[in-house]
This record gives sequence, C-alpha cells and structure tokens, in this order.
Amino acid sequence: MTSTRPSSVGKRPTESAPAAALHAGTSDPRTLIMNNLRQSGIFVALVVIVALFAFLTDGLSLSPGNITNIVLQYSYILVLAIGMVIVIIGGHIDLSVGSVVALTGAVSAVVVIRQGQPWWVGVLAALVVGLAVGAWHGFWVAYVGIPAFIVTLAGMLLFRGLTLRVLDNISLSPFPAEYNRIAAGFLNGLIGGDGYDAFTLLIGGIAVAGYVVSCFRTRSARVRYQQPVESFALFVARMALVGAVVMWFAWQLAHARGLPIVLIILAALVLVYGLLTRRTVFGRQVYAIGGNLSAAMLSGVKVRTVNFWIFVNMGFLSAVAGIIFSSRSNGAQPAAGNMFELDAIAAAFIGGAAVTGGVGTVVGAMVGGLIMAVMSNGMQLMGVDQSLQSVVKGLVLLVAVAFDVYNKRRAGASR
Amino acid sequence: MVPTNDNILEMRSITKTFPGVAALQDVNLAVRRGEIHAICGENGAGKSTLMKVLSGVYPSGSYDGEILLDGEPVHFRGIRDSESQGIVIIHQELALVPYLSIAENIFLGNEQRGPGGLIDWNRTNAEAAKLLASVGLAENPVTPVVQLGVGKQQLVEIAKAISKKVRLLILDEPTAALNDVDSAHLLDLMRRLRDEGITCIMISHKLNEITAIADSTTVLRDGRTVERLDVAAGEVTQERIIRGMVGRDLNSFYPDRVSTPGEEVLRIENWSVRHPTQDRLVVDGASLNVRAGEVVGIAGLMGAGRTELAMSVFGRSYGRDITGRLFVHGREVRARTVAEAIRNGIAYATEDRKRFGLNLIEDIRRNVSAAGLRRLARLGWVHDNEEIKVAETSRRDMNIKAPSVMSVVGKLSGGNQQKVVLSKWLFTDPDVLILDEPTRGIDVGAKFEIYTIINRLVADGKAVIIISSELPELLGMCDRIYTLSAGRITGEVPVAEATQEKLMELMAKDKESVG
Repeated sequence: MTSTRPSSVGKRPTESAPAAALHAGTSDPRTLIMNNLRQSGIFVALVVIVALFAFLTDGLSLSPGNITNIVLQYSYILVLAIGMVIVIIGGHIDLSVGSVVALTGAVSAVVVIRQGQPWWVGVLAALVVGLAVGAWHGFWVAYVGIPAFIVTLAGMLLFRGLTLRVLDNISLSPFPAEYNRIAAGFLNGLIGGDGYDAFTLLIGGIAVAGYVVSCFRTRSARVRYQQPVESFALFVARMALVGAVVMWFAWQLAHARGLPIVLIILAALVLVYGLLTRRTVFGRQVYAIGGNLSAAMLSGVKVRTVNFWIFVNMGFLSAVAGIIFSSRSNGAQPAAGNMFELDAIAAAFIGGAAVTGGVGTVVGAMVGGLIMAVMSNGMQLMGVDQSLQSVVKGLVLLVAVAFDVYNKRRAGASR
Repeated sequence: MVPTNDNILEMRSITKTFPGVAALQDVNLAVRRGEIHAICGENGAGKSTLMKVLSGVYPSGSYDGEILLDGEPVHFRGIRDSESQGIVIIHQELALVPYLSIAENIFLGNEQRGPGGLIDWNRTNAEAAKLLASVGLAENPVTPVVQLGVGKQQLVEIAKAISKKVRLLILDEPTAALNDVDSAHLLDLMRRLRDEGITCIMISHKLNEITAIADSTTVLRDGRTVERLDVAAGEVTQERIIRGMVGRDLNSFYPDRVSTPGEEVLRIENWSVRHPTQDRLVVDGASLNVRAGEVVGIAGLMGAGRTELAMSVFGRSYGRDITGRLFVHGREVRARTVAEAIRNGIAYATEDRKRFGLNLIEDIRRNVSAAGLRRLARLGWVHDNEEIKVAETSRRDMNIKAPSVMSVVGKLSGGNQQKVVLSKWLFTDPDVLILDEPTRGIDVGAKFEIYTIINRLVADGKAVIIISSELPELLGMCDRIYTLSAGRITGEVPVAEATQEKLMELMAKDKESVG
C-alpha cells in the first residue's frame, strides 16, 4: 500500500538478485533470462554497442591495435569514474575533476620538467596536491555544509585558475621517458613468445584463475551459510564466459604491443574500489548516506567524516588521472582535462547510478565508461564528424538513464 | 442493502491486478449522498488501491469493473478528470509546497487570474481567507505553509479541496499524524462538511474514530470486500470491525505481561534542551528513569517535546545547549553523538520510519545491519554472510513478511517496515529502547505483533520507553506513564492509577500551573 521509491533491484548483479530466482536454484530459463536481463542490461548494452561498431567498421574496432588504443585513450576517464560513482552514491556531485586533473598534471610537470626532479617526485607531488584539493572540497561539503554542486563548481574555476598560475599560461613538455611510460608503456616480452606476448597471456590466465577461485570461495561460503546459489551448470557457464572474454582480450593485447602498464593500474583500482564499496564499513556507510541521510545519521553513521573522505578519495583519484593524462600527453597544458568531469559523470549514470544517491556500482561505472569509450572510438574510426559524435553521446546518456528510470518505475510499481 | 438511487458513488466488481498480484478482487463500494463513509482494513487490504482507482490514478481500462457517479458510469483517465467531477483525495502524506503561502497552495493549479492572465493576488488572498474561515482556520492566507503544524496543514488541504467544488472528499488516514485535540477538531469539521452536503470517504486505522463519526463503513480484507456495516443502525462496535478486518477476534488488544522491574537502567536528571533555531526551551528540566524489565510511557500532546526529549538523549541528535545529566546503569555517561549513545546501550526508533528510520531503497539485510555494522566487521571489512544470517534471524524472530532478506524495504507494508526498524535496533544489543510512536500507521494485526515483541524484550530484561499519542496504547502496555506538557514533566502515574481522563488533564496542564 505504501508508495515506494524506485528499487535498487538490478543495480548490483551479484548482491540484490531477486530471491525467487535464487531459491529456484535458477533452473527455470525464463525467470533466469528475465532477472539477468534486468540485472545485466548494462552489460547487454555494451555487447550490443561493441558488436554494432565491429560491424560498422568491418571488424577494425576489434583489432588488436585498436583495443590497445581504447585502453590507453580512456583509462583516465575510467579512473575518474571510479571516484565519481562513489561521490554520486553518497548523494553528491563533483564538477571540478577536470580542473584537478589539469592542476595535478601541471604540478607534476613543473616538478619534473622545470625543476628536473626524478619522475616519482612528480608523481608524489601530484598525489599530495590531489589529496589536498579533496580535503578542501571535503571540508566545505562535510563540515561547512555547502552543497557539493556549489563547492566543486567553485573548485572547477579555482583549480583551473591555479593551473594557469602554476604553468604561467604555457604548456610544459616533454616528460622524461620514465614518466611517459606510466601511460604509454607496456610490459612486453618478459617471458618471450613468438609473434605474441606470452607475459600478457599469463597475466590474463592469472586473472581468470583468480576470478574463478574467488567466485568459488564465495559460492561455497554461501552454501555454508545456507544461502541460495545459482545452479552449478550456470555457475560454470558464467566462469567460462568471463574467462573466454578475458582471455580473448588478453590475446588481442598480446598480439599488439603487450600489456599496457596503465591497464594494470586501472585493474588494481577497480579491484580495490569494488571491494571497498561492497565489503567495507566505509563503503556501506556511503550507500547509507546516499539512500537516506537522516536515517544514516540516526544509525550512528559519522556522516561528516564519511563525506569528507569521499571527497579526499575523489581528489586522490583525480590526481591519479592527472598523472596518467599528463604522462599520455607527455606534458602539461593549461586546458588539459577540460570537460572530463562530464565524461566521468556520464559513465557513472550510464552505469546505473541514481541521481538521488544511494545506488550505483564501481563495475557499473566502468561498463558505462566503456560504452562511452567504444562509441567515441568507433565513431572516430568511421570518421564521424566531431560535432555529430557529441550529439550521439548526449543522446546515449539521455536514453540510458531514461531506460533505467523506466525499468525502475516498472519494477517499483507498488500495490 | 441501500437503494441505488440514493448513492452518490458506486463501485462495482472492481478488480485490479499487478504483475503477479491481485490487489483488488471483485470489490464493491456504495457511498450514500451526504454521509461519512469509512473504509477500513489492514495494510495491504487494498484501501489505497481502491481510492487510486476511484480518483483516476489508475486510469480507466487498467482495471475491471465499473464506477457509477450519481448512477452514471464514469471513466476517469487521470486525477484531473475525477477532480472536474468533484472528487478530491487528500493523501496521508500532505502535498503542500512548504515555502508557498496558504493562499498560493490553495489555488495551486487553479490560479485566480485577472485581466491579461496575470494572477489577481487580491482576489486570491480574499478567496483564500473565506475558505480558511469555512474550515475554521484562523491564519493569514499569506503565511507560508511551512510555518503551520500538521493539523493546520491538513485544514489547508481541505480548504483547497473545497475550492475545487468538492462533492466527494476522500481522506486517507487524516488523523494519523494529528494529536487528540487536532483530531477532534478535524472530525468536527468533517461532520460540518457532511451537514453542508459534502460526502466524505475516510480511510482510517483508528476504530474509535470510525465508530464515532462514520455513518457506514466498508471493511476490506486481502483485496476483497468483507462487509458493509451501517453505523447508524447501531450494528457496529470496534470489536465487530476488527473481526471483519482480521477475520478473527482479538480477545485482547494488548498481550498480557507480568511486570518484574529490576535495576534502574536509564535516568535523566534536570534535562533541558533549547530549540535549534529559536530561543526557547523545548524540554525544560525533565527528570525520569526506567528500570530493566519495565515499560515506561511518555504521554504528551503534539509539540509537548516528547520526540525532542528522546532525540536529545539519543546522542544529542536534536536541539542545542543541552544541559542535564544522563545515567546508564547508575553511571553518568556523555553521549554526545549517536554512535556514543549506541555504544552506551541506548536505541531510539523514530516516529517517522520512512524519513528517519529506514533506507527505503535498500533491502532488509542492509537496513537491519545499518546501526550495528561494526559488530559484523573486522578491521573495517564486513562479513556479508554473517550479515545475511543476522537478517534471516530477525526475519524469523520478528515474523517480517517478505520473500527474502534481499527484499527492498520500501515495498514492505508499514507493519513490516516497523519490524525492520526494531530489528535494526535490537541488533545493536541495547539496554534501553526508546520507541517513538511504535505503531503509528500500522494495522491491527501488526500492532499486536509489535506489542508482543515489546513484551518479549522486557521479559529479556531490556528497559523500554514508549512515546505514543494513543493513550489506550500507553495504558495497555506501560507500567508507569510520564506526562509531558510544554517541555515539562507534569506527572508520573503508575498504570494502575492511570485513566485517559487523568492523563489528558496532566498533558494539558500549562507551564504556569506546574509547581
């Protein structure tokens, strides 16, 4: 009888799976398809878009070289999207990340290029600046109580201005080779291989093995706690599918230039932040704050502290993205990172985060970011005009969120 | 049965299904012209769905059956259609815009235009003043609604309905958030509207109100019409209605409990709290205590400072300049934050579970663990299988009706939501539970279950403080009752000596007459 807000079912594929399917041991194919479609609509969308552009570009978009390119080109957006989805789950927004990317890159460039310090000093300097910026935002949002929209809008102007000051309005380049390797380097030929890189395949294999082991442990723990699990056949099928995709991906990379260093950084971040959001007290409290601030407060959540660290973390990840971006562009420009915040926000929302907070996943944001990446890249390969690309991306964002809202409304229709 | 031509409204064989559930099956409703008709039933019985069908929220075609207004079939495609026929529904959660004035709210969507299509503010405010007079609300029409209490806001809603030339006024739980004085005022107004020819339909949980005011009542259970009772014919007692609603007799409304109070668990002395923004004391020198195995009630009119007292004790989550001493197990504690209060064994279950108690978009599991998450965590890592186990245990012990602990809390009925709130606080293993309106807006069956749970807790040696607007509830559940008026404790009455009259008298004592 009660009116309900949109439910979060379907947002966290591995956690909120509707019980009916779980109890049934998921043998009924129809419920299975229905539930999985709703849960993994975003994955389906990614597959469709990948397939579409593979078709439109005669397979060029799936070539080893291009796949490597996508990873290199969009890694910093994905890094930002990790932080952004956490900010959005907490019920905030961060409009400043583009400027912070520019500032941290600029500081690093000044330290390394102008002052001739070693590459790692530049990295450390950028991280310190990123953390300081995050603390600045966190202070105003959490302790003064200014809405994040305003605080980070101010930050966007403020840190863009500081970037211009730090760089004296000119670009700095080039970085030394070590620094450039962060975003442009590859781990290649470490254990040989003929026409392909065996090391990349090995890492891919280790990743798949790790995934299988962790899924199996989760499954057995759930069985031990008498929790419903999917049928074993489905479990194996899922492992096989994920394994195949990862190994194909590794195969393609191995036939191009090997394992990009930036991909290792990204994978580590996704793993850590995936666990952080799902399994830690901090992560849970972020969801609680975004879901119902007052209820969280009255449940003993230290809302200010959590909000503060949400922004410190965003600052940290902005710095990581700033390092990667400056390394990739092999220098620092006053206009670097322009509009990055919008790509990161779009990734989070396409990935199923809720505008009102309390809902979203790191994995979802990564898939959302990949959807944007594959589309941009595919359109570039096809030679689509820049203006039209922007139109298409805008429409996709709108349609993705509209579809999500529609789905939730249907699922949330109450008696 | 009532002759058809006498009826302003007839709903015949209404069936409304949602995917997988039949919310209404073959429901009939007949309302005579100029009567007050009550619809009662447990949560989930289909009352609100029926009203949504009637008002066009569920458009014609999305349900089976027919609706006759003045004997003519009608097909509403939306709320505008039904309003144009003089059917206005006032929802439980009031739909007023807080920072607009009373007059602006009344004429929202129906603005009083002057020449050139511009709003004629003089006419707007003058008309609003007339409407306010007709509902007996002495407020300036330019006052922002946010400055009014809930009772007065309710009257603004009714004035708004009258401005729409209402013939059939539907009130969903109109007194749920009102104190006794405001409720009485509202019921009087409903009688007056009836005498002026406005037919009223009222959805209510409060059976004493139904028997007091309704001319007839329709009882729903599990989406079906159980019966239509004529109050005028003297057929109806509260027990009779309860039997229809739950399909069984509740031989006792309040489960029995043997009271064996032990050691004192919580004591506050000379507790004062200042309003967060205004310069006045909301709680003024209050002292009270509660012992293990004891249920203590706090009675007070709305605005007496009951919730404010409880929340200020609970980690200073309300007010400023809080003074006074707080003792837990005889030891003075400083609970300056909610987390500290929880650590000291205090739990507070809010009166507004949707706004302050639950994360409605999350599932049962996450809500149950929300306040005691650290118990499930080691070095910041949550043990999520243990969490599920905890939630499953609660679901079983509390009899939370949901397909699984992964069910989203926002979709549960009020009674089950309240059980989730209780589960959440029990998981923090408190010594004293402060329950603020623990049975507000939940149906009779669930109320009984909540009472049983409370009794189980005190039998386990917990101390319980119940804040309630329903005096029978306090009289039925408590060992001792404190009365609160204008922030001061005006009385402490053992339940054996307490009557509703006596409590009312103490609750209405004003500041000056208190010693």
